[in-house]
Amino acid sequence: MNKVAIIGVGQTKFGRRPDASIREIAFEGFQEAVEDAQIMPEDIQASIVCSATHYDKQRTPAGVIAEYLGLNPQPTFNVEAVCAASGVGLRIGWSFISSGLHDIVAVVGFQKMTELSSAEVQEVMGRSGDVMWESPFGTTMPGYFALYARSHMQRYGTTEDQMAKVAVKNHFYATKNPKAMFGKEISMEDVLGSRMIASPLKRYDCCSNSDGAACIILASEEVARKVSDTPVWVSGLGLASSPMTLTSRDPSLTSFDCTVEAAKEAYRMSGVEPKDVDVAEVHDCFTITEIINYEDLGFCDRGQGGKLAEEGQTYLGGKIPVNIDGGLLAKGHPVGATGASQIRTLVRQLRGQAGDTQVKDAKVGLAHNLGGIGMYCAVTILKA
Amino acid sequence: MSFGKFGKISYVSETKLQEFEKRLEEGHIVGSKCKKCGQLYFPPRADCKCMKGEMEWTELSGNCQLRTFTTLHFAPASFRYEVPYVLGVAQFEEGPTVLAPLSKEIKEDEIRIGMSLKLVPTELIGGRMIYELRKPEGQP
Repeated sequence: MNKVAIIGVGQTKFGRRPDASIREIAFEGFQEAVEDAQIMPEDIQASIVCSATHYDKQRTPAGVIAEYLGLNPQPTFNVEAVCAASGVGLRIGWSFISSGLHDIVAVVGFQKMTELSSAEVQEVMGRSGDVMWESPFGTTMPGYFALYARSHMQRYGTTEDQMAKVAVKNHFYATKNPKAMFGKEISMEDVLGSRMIASPLKRYDCCSNSDGAACIILASEEVARKVSDTPVWVSGLGLASSPMTLTSRDPSLTSFDCTVEAAKEAYRMSGVEPKDVDVAEVHDCFTITEIINYEDLGFCDRGQGGKLAEEGQTYLGGKIPVNIDGGLLAKGHPVGATGASQIRTLVRQLRGQAGDTQVKDAKVGLAHNLGGIGMYCAVTILKA
Repeated sequence: MSFGKFGKISYVSETKLQEFEKRLEEGHIVGSKCKKCGQLYFPPRADCKCMKGEMEWTELSGNCQLRTFTTLHFAPASFRYEVPYVLGVAQFEEGPTVLAPLSKEIKEDEIRIGMSLKLVPTELIGGRMIYELRKPEGQP
């Protein structure tokens, strides 16, 4: 297998974008990545367009996006894995290059969640679970993760305070990320006093719907060594799935099996262990998810995720800095763009370009991208 | 026979499992069981993962224990007027688990993980059929 490098990354600011269409939002992220890679659009041999397509008015958006980015007649197509779309897109791009089929591939993740009216969003939201057996009872995304939160609290003594710490941390780091949706620190009281969404999850335990795009340019080793002084290597990949219905999962509901499986594959391929990871981006769609991810990724023992958050061990300077770009909670979560945005953050860390939030001598970065209610999980390990 | 009456709202009406709704109307909670490998499924499936099976209906007692729950304060459009409502995951004494609403008769501060509950077929106004988790009979 040929080695694969990341030679360019780009991202729009995340937030509400009433001023731009999906193709224009995608263009902003793409333009920044192409400039970062110092290549031209015509150098790109394939584009992989990633989104949760139920949020798009445009059917099969790869068509308009590849056209607008100037990427015809090269191959293009959509990848849909809900919130894990661009994490999965990266794996497909990697296989195009490692197989020798292409030398340069663009992974473009985008979402304009505010394109739908709130009534339409409500309707889409009602179909996030299995529509045959679960949605008919009024399940929601926060509801599903709340069921995990309550289980984790019962089994391990995790507290609402510990969950609130995650929100406080991620909002703190968002103030240092000019691309983040939110730019204000919040207090424990803000989180604990925010309105209940699905008990025990409150407003600040939940990420926000957001618009935005992020783009990754992948290249073969031969090309990367020619065009880039600072290639970052894709060193490990893992992708796994879990049953969609909660009732087909382990009834303890305290861990995401697909994360455990994907992490195992990625660690093995990369030849690193959890303790070797210098900086991590994990899928914090809800505060409880970040806590469970710590455990599933091996950053702490089972049941100790709440404590890891409470002790501040996931801040810069702690045992393992996590989501120090604001995470989904405070950077924003434009679903299809999230996986690519996580990769962008890690690439900048591994190049030493992270400014105020730079992890000293960062050599190994890990991205964890979860899809939907925990059906899909992509774990990617990058090395400087 | 149909499946279009199952749930507070329904998205799927065509399935090989239409019998499930009829059994529910008759007051029974049923799962499906593979005659070949013996695997029991709830919610039921028309096909066994062993690939060789032939499925048969099997009645479940409905007796279960609550594993986790949440009270929803924001809901999809069709459930807007029902908030707040409680959903739980419970495990049957026969093994499988179910995601279902908790009956409004159970007050929120009474709910405990591990409590004994019973899954009961329930007809809603307008003839829709659901199942819900209730306190076992004879319990205050």
